[in-house]
Amino acid sequence: MTTRWFGARVQRVEDDRLLRGHGRFTDDIDDGALESCLVRSPYAHARIRSIDVTAARAMPGVIAVYTAAELPFGQTDLPILIPHPNLTHGRTQRCLASEVVRYVGEAVAFVVAESRCLAEDAAEMVEVDYEPLPVVITPESAARAEHLVHDDVPGNVAAEMIQEAGSVEAALAASPRRKRLHFRFERGAACPMEARAVWARWSTSERRLTVYDSTQSPTSIRGGLAVLFGLPESSVEVIAPDVGGGFGPKIMLFYPDELLVPFAAMQLGRPVKWTEDRQEHFTAVNQERGQVHEVEVGFDDEGKLLALDVDFVHDAGAYTPYGIILPIITAGQVPGPYRVPNYRVRFRDVYTNATPTSPYRGAGRPHACFVMERTLDRIAAELALDRAEVRRRNLIQPDQFPYEVGVAWQDGNAVVYDSGNYPVLLEKALANLGPRPGGDHVGMGLGMYVEGTGVGPYEGAHVQVLVSGKVVAATGIPSQGQAHATVWAQIVADELGVDVADVEVTGGDTRRFPWGVGTFASRGAVTAGNAMAVAAGMVAEKARQIAADHLEVDPADLELVGGKVQVKGSPDRGIALAAVAVLANPVRYAFGGGTEAATQFTARPRPGPPLHEGEQPGLEATGYYSPPASTWAAGCHTCYVRVDPQTFRLEILKYVVVHDCGRVINPLVVEGQIEGGVAQGIGGAFYERLHYDSEGQLRNASFMEFLMPYATEIPAIEIDHIETPSPLNPLGVKGAGEAGVIPVGAVLASAIEEALGVPITEMPLSPLKLFELVKTRS
Amino acid sequence: MKVNGVVYPTPADPRRLLSDHLRHDLGLTGTHVGCEHGVCGCCTVLLDGAPVRSCLLLAVQAEGHEVTTIEGLASDAAPLHPVQQAFHECHGLQCGFCTPGFVLSVVGLLAQHPNPTPEQVDEGIAGNLCRCTGYASIRRAVHRAAELSQK
Repeated sequence: MTTRWFGARVQRVEDDRLLRGHGRFTDDIDDGALESCLVRSPYAHARIRSIDVTAARAMPGVIAVYTAAELPFGQTDLPILIPHPNLTHGRTQRCLASEVVRYVGEAVAFVVAESRCLAEDAAEMVEVDYEPLPVVITPESAARAEHLVHDDVPGNVAAEMIQEAGSVEAALAASPRRKRLHFRFERGAACPMEARAVWARWSTSERRLTVYDSTQSPTSIRGGLAVLFGLPESSVEVIAPDVGGGFGPKIMLFYPDELLVPFAAMQLGRPVKWTEDRQEHFTAVNQERGQVHEVEVGFDDEGKLLALDVDFVHDAGAYTPYGIILPIITAGQVPGPYRVPNYRVRFRDVYTNATPTSPYRGAGRPHACFVMERTLDRIAAELALDRAEVRRRNLIQPDQFPYEVGVAWQDGNAVVYDSGNYPVLLEKALANLGPRPGGDHVGMGLGMYVEGTGVGPYEGAHVQVLVSGKVVAATGIPSQGQAHATVWAQIVADELGVDVADVEVTGGDTRRFPWGVGTFASRGAVTAGNAMAVAAGMVAEKARQIAADHLEVDPADLELVGGKVQVKGSPDRGIALAAVAVLANPVRYAFGGGTEAATQFTARPRPGPPLHEGEQPGLEATGYYSPPASTWAAGCHTCYVRVDPQTFRLEILKYVVVHDCGRVINPLVVEGQIEGGVAQGIGGAFYERLHYDSEGQLRNASFMEFLMPYATEIPAIEIDHIETPSPLNPLGVKGAGEAGVIPVGAVLASAIEEALGVPITEMPLSPLKLFELVKTRS
Repeated sequence: MKVNGVVYPTPADPRRLLSDHLRHDLGLTGTHVGCEHGVCGCCTVLLDGAPVRSCLLLAVQAEGHEVTTIEGLASDAAPLHPVQQAFHECHGLQCGFCTPGFVLSVVGLLAQHPNPTPEQVDEGIAGNLCRCTGYASIRRAVHRAAELSQK
């Protein structure tokens, strides 16, 4: 390897297509597909007395109208994706509700017509007679259990879990200082610019189901559809083509449409598609982040943490398809980069009559970070210490890794930080922030975080050198904009000694790679990235063996460089990788591309049969990587803000990020992930609020009222990196996808609190919220 | 109406949106639909050279006008348009869904302000939502596009 692509600022190979308008998103696929529309519940909680689809079926252009009664799987509860022993009362919805609806947007009927317009017209004619039931909408009211979301779930509690590291009661009793604190975080929404879409075709002659789905996990969708329809997996192909942002909720399975569209395509013998509109996206797509936390902290006069007791309620929404991963992540991430010698955390996961929850970029971490960082700010205030100094005194030190927190992680392992250098992150972030700007109502914000990334179970990759010398590589996980095609190509190009431009990557297409898990939890670089290195390394090894036979040298003396396999130090003694690919496949019939070199009368004679025992044809390999445990990224954000004391408009004067995701494959891409993450964090902290009323109606289900930030709201972000390689994987990488978003709420709260002098204990904020806080105080 | 220089008949269905007409009748799927209520800007096209939301126009309203979609900026064989090239160089796109709308908004912006100030850049792209980039790289791309356009 002479050229090192790994670590270089390589410009993206996927851009050209997307910039010319030649991206291929699910709704771009047509092929004569029928179109469809879901009838959704307008009530947050209601009993269905009857559903009458007679009029809808009679509408022009209508092909079929389905309710639960027409579905062979209509009475089947959808799967609990991640079962857990503590999830004692897990509940999932059915594909179409027929008895009770438990959130606005829950699907009730499915209309297929010649066009979306006609399907929508017919959907309006579906008569559903609802009997409204009492609505539970806040996590607090769910915990009080005045009304039940599920009749058979006492107290609305889906799960409860208590974990303790050390002895919190004793440590609190012995603490010189104690504080009780309360922190509240509301729901947020990922809102990718592309809403969800599904397209399906059933080929009767081939008995093959083809599904395009804007999912983050086509391999899992394929597995599930095969089970549901009783097909071998080889008869189901699922493709996530270009996906217009994911951020978590595109990995729920199954959304009702993901079953209904393939089912209708099989029933009707024609392709069927469904494309979500933005309004239904707001209530039909999973949300996250609603949590209420009670905290008691014990500390000494120096500001050192002695004990932390956290008891929180997680708003699950109406169902628990994703299990209890979110509160488990919060529980595991509250201590962050700090030594907490005694830590107890209890959570209750409670049902509400709101959209179900599943991870949204950050996934349990922004709220965990908010709890810890706000707590440290309170300690600093009580002791009149600098906020940075309190952190400095509590940080885990570089010589303390691996560091065991003492609680469970989302992959079933314990939380153990693999590596890091937290003090350097803090000092760099403070130095990069620079002097405080002048003027009134200016506040400085500070927050640190860790992020468990790269969870298993595994990913795989297939890498093949074609007889042209070009390389194709595939993995099961799809990209939603994270530049997989570029970074996987960098890894493969280094292993094979070729140019990035010669490596073509496919992701998220089960026809090309059927195994794997999905794109989520900042895991792609660790899992699929290392799998690419494993597979490409196997190909390189095979290339050395074949070339060694051909050149009659020891394979250990060969290197792959510049598209050739050559004797180290003797570039003239080598063979093109393309020629090795030819030799890798002994042929009887030369079919072009130089393959005459591998026919039986021309191939270099070697004793024994053309393929030796254990050898496989083709210069290709499939490799897998299964992480032993999560890798822990970390970072520190600092900022200066100014808040207008009259309008409470927020101005972010400077925002600094220092980030550590282990070895960086491509700084351009990592910086893009961070900039985007911070922007999403700013949106979630100050602009975006899901406004549910007491009846469970989302009052602002449009971009007119749910205020996603434009460029005018997002400042420049100054980014710096440190690299503490992960010892857990060959590439030394950690995930970077969610880092940007995690501490933003805590950082802005810290800054705004200082700017206005009012305590900030909740998220999200807004000008109105700040006005109320200031008014209440005065 | 003329789309990317080619004359097409007006669609028969009077309630067909221009965005749906471009995507589903003409197969120009580079125009994306992100909200269908005129906020996100993904469906931005040029109407007689000025950026408009194609989801807020009926196709019949484009009768007699010239529409440019993302596919019309540079032919497949040609190099990228300077604005497209600048987005590439500055990592101004991630998932690529909002990108065609941004690119066309920036083409409109640079037609008005060939050397935009940072304030003019923010204003020029403040009608387009992006959920991936955090806008910093897009701002850089606009300034770079101004440079490239003058070369």
